[in-house]
Amino acid sequence: MTARSAPSPSTGEGRGGNNVPPAIELRGIDKRFGPVHANRAISLSVPAGTIHGVVGENGAGKSTLMSILYGYYQADAGEIWIKGRRRDIRSTADAIAAGIGMVHQHFMLVDTFTVLENVVLGVEGGPLLRRGMERARAELERLEREYKLEVDIDAVVGDLAVGLRQRIEILKALYRGAEVLILDEPTGVLTPAEADHLFRILRALKAEGKTAILITHKLREVMAVTDNVTVMRRGQVVATVRTAETSPAALAEHMVGRKVLLSVQRTPAKPGREVLRVEGLQVIDGAGIARVRDVGFAVRAGEIVGVAGVAGNGQSELIEAIAGMRAVAAGRIVLNGQEVATRATHLTPRALRDRKLAHIPEDRQRMGLVVPFAAHDSAILGQQGKPAFNIGPLLNQRGIIDSCQHQMDRYDVRPDDPHLKSANFSGGNQQKIVLAREIETDPDLLLVGQPTRGVDIGAIEFIHRRLIELRDAGKAILLVSVELDEILGLADRILVMNEGRIVGELAAEEADEQKLGLLMAGVARAA
Amino acid sequence: MARSSDDVPAWVDLALLPLVNLLAAFAIAAVVIAILGENPFKALWVLFYGALGYGEAIGFTLYYATNFIFTGLAVAVAFHAGLFNIGGEGQAYLGGLGCGLVGLALGGWPPAIVLPLAVLAAMLFGAAWAFIPGYLQAKRGSHIVITTIMFNFIAAALMTYLLVNVFIKPGQQSPESREFDPSSWMPFVHEVAARVGITIARSPLNMSVVVALVASVGVWVFLWRTRWGYALRVVGHNETAAVYGGIAPVRVVIGAMALSGALAGLVGVNAIMGDQHRLILNFTGGYGFVGIAVALMGRNHPVGICLAALLFGALYQGGAELSFDLPRLTKEVVVVIQGLIILFCGAFEGLFRPRLLALFRRAPAPAPAKA
Repeated sequence: MTARSAPSPSTGEGRGGNNVPPAIELRGIDKRFGPVHANRAISLSVPAGTIHGVVGENGAGKSTLMSILYGYYQADAGEIWIKGRRRDIRSTADAIAAGIGMVHQHFMLVDTFTVLENVVLGVEGGPLLRRGMERARAELERLEREYKLEVDIDAVVGDLAVGLRQRIEILKALYRGAEVLILDEPTGVLTPAEADHLFRILRALKAEGKTAILITHKLREVMAVTDNVTVMRRGQVVATVRTAETSPAALAEHMVGRKVLLSVQRTPAKPGREVLRVEGLQVIDGAGIARVRDVGFAVRAGEIVGVAGVAGNGQSELIEAIAGMRAVAAGRIVLNGQEVATRATHLTPRALRDRKLAHIPEDRQRMGLVVPFAAHDSAILGQQGKPAFNIGPLLNQRGIIDSCQHQMDRYDVRPDDPHLKSANFSGGNQQKIVLAREIETDPDLLLVGQPTRGVDIGAIEFIHRRLIELRDAGKAILLVSVELDEILGLADRILVMNEGRIVGELAAEEADEQKLGLLMAGVARAA
Repeated sequence: MARSSDDVPAWVDLALLPLVNLLAAFAIAAVVIAILGENPFKALWVLFYGALGYGEAIGFTLYYATNFIFTGLAVAVAFHAGLFNIGGEGQAYLGGLGCGLVGLALGGWPPAIVLPLAVLAAMLFGAAWAFIPGYLQAKRGSHIVITTIMFNFIAAALMTYLLVNVFIKPGQQSPESREFDPSSWMPFVHEVAARVGITIARSPLNMSVVVALVASVGVWVFLWRTRWGYALRVVGHNETAAVYGGIAPVRVVIGAMALSGALAGLVGVNAIMGDQHRLILNFTGGYGFVGIAVALMGRNHPVGICLAALLFGALYQGGAELSFDLPRLTKEVVVVIQGLIILFCGAFEGLFRPRLLALFRRAPAPAPAKA
């Protein structure tokens, strides 16, 4: 399949006239990793002064493509043209020299340094800091004014909110002379308001003639901010269209290759007996900061209770405390009518599993799987003591592999090979492995954290449908998600957390994005 | 994206790469030997012949290899739990004390009782010596590298004290205990072979080598085929996932260190019950430290460790012959050669790796991805 040609600069919204060459032009980029053909003859043209979205499922090859552009990898074949000149990009230094800057999903900042120190890191401009710092200060102040970046350049990075840290990354790139900015999933950690501010910054950059490439899987953002969008699937470009002429449904269809339901159908919940009760819960982290403050709620069988909130407002700590992984400083947790945690006593994660609690952790790579293990080894994490998986002192290797194979078939994990390393599955398939493992324990209470983070659209649909099925089968589900769409689409009741407190509870039918957004930001307080 | 070594055939990673590293080490060693005025090819021949050329040499090589298997396994078990046990030396030393006590106390008892007890005592003492750093790491967060190093010194001081003040033979100058009763000696392989009518050269090689092989199989089964080994590997790879999975890292860390120390302690059986037949000073001779290199080169897998132990055993034995035959190549030169091998197989392991992997990755793979 060949790529449809990108819209020519003259028809795009770019500021450039007819003769301005594209800011970035990739011609026939091809890259293999062993048997994996990550990029197949990709051609892509990004007109100068535009915001260009690159969307695609996990494993579609968009990260590889951007890594090639930024010099982490080199293409096996193909050419990179920047402003009409062919450039050889062999390292990130080459990319920076060519005017390309990258804002990573995970920030590359030194927490104990000030903003200014972070920005000049690596470009100090001489053996003595002072002169370089002064020059940098003047330049940064200019950049901040010009692009509405609004960061205190003498603040220590560790003290700043996530949205501000991202702006430092943008400042870093601009300070190094970036004309083209690559942003990798930039809104994953932002509040809706912070995301809006980011988009304002991007528009300001565009107005100054800079170019931005936005890698994302959030179609709403693509629609909101980009001029053109390229869809990738299985290493190929399947479409490049003008954003104004497309729709989220059409993009999703391109990404997956079939029609996708963006929201799952469901019937009203029929809540039954109370499975989980949390009263006056307080959780204090290692640094002595209260992460969860006086939280109380209940979850009943046959309902999904959603916890909405910006990442880092205590949801993770809440779920980990219920799962037995964090100490309770005050309050109590009751599971199936039995007290399982107070300040004095706390059942271990293992004992809680025995009492029919299952937990799909929000960070599957850090917690849900052991990435270097074979899939079948990851598929028994937490179940390793189960009689079916043991024969006397030995593990029942055959039984474990068969069980994993069975789960892979039922949950449509691809590739369905239990011997493959957990790391080599895509995000969505890793998530399905965890989902299968936890659901197959037939729990009464299922804790679910960010079930679709970094998961591709096709798999999101599958995961959402499974969760609704479980609810209908009478399970109690506590769902934490930073994706409002997900909360709105799945939860029967919604709790909103802000700074460790529950600041509001809404029934599904009365909730909408505005109401939740205000609560999440701590602006409003529901009665 | 996929950038793991999974992309290349396994034999490249497991066999070709170590071989290339080894050849590089020998190449540099040859330069050193040439600078010292000896013919490198001759020297390498002496080294090779001295290690494997005749029966007695093979016996010595295997004797040393037995020690390295124990200490290599010890390092590997700790490593799989995410711990760097530098204390093999001290744990081996204490292991020797454990079985030595059995040998001194139970002289004249039937070997069928003494020998298993000696093996158990060696493991127990080694385990106890590693338990303390393990406990401090798990409960107090004292770094295992620091504590195990310090425990090596404590072990050395303790043994010196015991040998000089407690175990020394009355009226003797040299700090060593009396010889154990022959009934408590670990039988030599040449004796066992003679009993079934096979004649092989005399050497210190004793039945501990069988213990080493059993231990290798046991470690493999434990790590990859039991739920405790599973828990240990989960803790080593991802402690958060371990907590999530209901595994208590504190217990695993302490247990892994104890097991690691028990394996290191078995050096005592080989050296004390199998060879010296009395307690002496410094019988561990650096085996604990070389075990780190052995585990590193053997990729922390029992099969790899046995092969690496064989290599280092041969170097020990061949090196001794080398400095005997070519006096210009002193013992220190042999240490240099060992150092080069450790350097290339350990620290510089990544030197040729990217190029070599790229070479094989580029070749189009006909089969789809399997493991």
